[in-house]
Amino acid sequence: MDGSLGLESDSWIVAGRTFHSRLIIGTGKYKDYALNAAAAEAAGAEIVTVALRRVNLSDPAQPMLVDFVRPDQFTYLPNTAGCFTGEEAVRTLRLAREAGGWDLVKLEVLADTKTLYPDMEETLRALKLLVAESFKVMVYCNDDPVYARKLEEAGAVAIMPLGALIGSGLGIQNRLNIHLIVEQAKVPVLVDAGVGTASDAAVAMELGCDGVLMNTAIAEARDPIRMARAMKHAVIAGREAYLAGRMPRRLYADPSSPLSGLI
Amino acid sequence: MRLTVNGEECAFDTLRDVAELVACLGLDARKVAVELNLAILPRSAYGSTALAEGDRIEIVHFIGGG
Repeated sequence: MDGSLGLESDSWIVAGRTFHSRLIIGTGKYKDYALNAAAAEAAGAEIVTVALRRVNLSDPAQPMLVDFVRPDQFTYLPNTAGCFTGEEAVRTLRLAREAGGWDLVKLEVLADTKTLYPDMEETLRALKLLVAESFKVMVYCNDDPVYARKLEEAGAVAIMPLGALIGSGLGIQNRLNIHLIVEQAKVPVLVDAGVGTASDAAVAMELGCDGVLMNTAIAEARDPIRMARAMKHAVIAGREAYLAGRMPRRLYADPSSPLSGLI
Repeated sequence: MRLTVNGEECAFDTLRDVAELVACLGLDARKVAVELNLAILPRSAYGSTALAEGDRIEIVHFIGGG
């Protein structure tokens, strides 16, 4: 045993790109970009999600994300947060591709601002528009195995079902559906949204997910750096447990010490 | 000349091209993307794309997001 538990070779591949960290983190809600960069480092993340917005013309000297969470150190995954139609999503990602040359993107088309629940009909339509423009699309979606299959058939490079509503921190609400989605998918499945603490991330990985994407759970922890580290360990622990294969569940006790040979 | 930049109508001295606009706004061209009248403008074309009265321009960059 080299002590590494074979983790070095436990990589995953999305759209032909190989990654070793199974934890993707967001870059929103942090106190500042410096803390964000330190959390990304502590999480061991290789991919970070980013949003595209108008520059602030009245203060062009304000801190810029690219100066802290550097694109040469992290793979940027531009998102379409705030888009409510397929056309808005396509326009946003075309600009993102021009800004940084990224074709690996995260599609999220939301239905309303109260739940931020994905509008799956519009998400599927937007996905088809993006695939036609050669984007590699990782898709935020609900935990519906039927829609997950439709997204995969339409060319999604990863399926990213919610565990619970964005920013809710309620953990994985429907383990059965996540399990069904994992079982049928031929592309990576990542739980995106809803993780609140380390055990939630471990559950996602124990269900067989290829990774977990989170933002608020780290950004709004009292100590974001420490939580980033906790999430890194949780994802590794959950992945290892999944690969190890858990013991069967039993209704009654089964002694660990032999009952024979008692004095 | 009058241009609409990021939804705001602004008055500028005559600008030759998009590169001049980006510089005049104090922005680093390597860190932004530009849309001119709803069409993406490749960075390599900033210096060769003239601006006209009434053009609508969006200038965006990456910020934190989930």
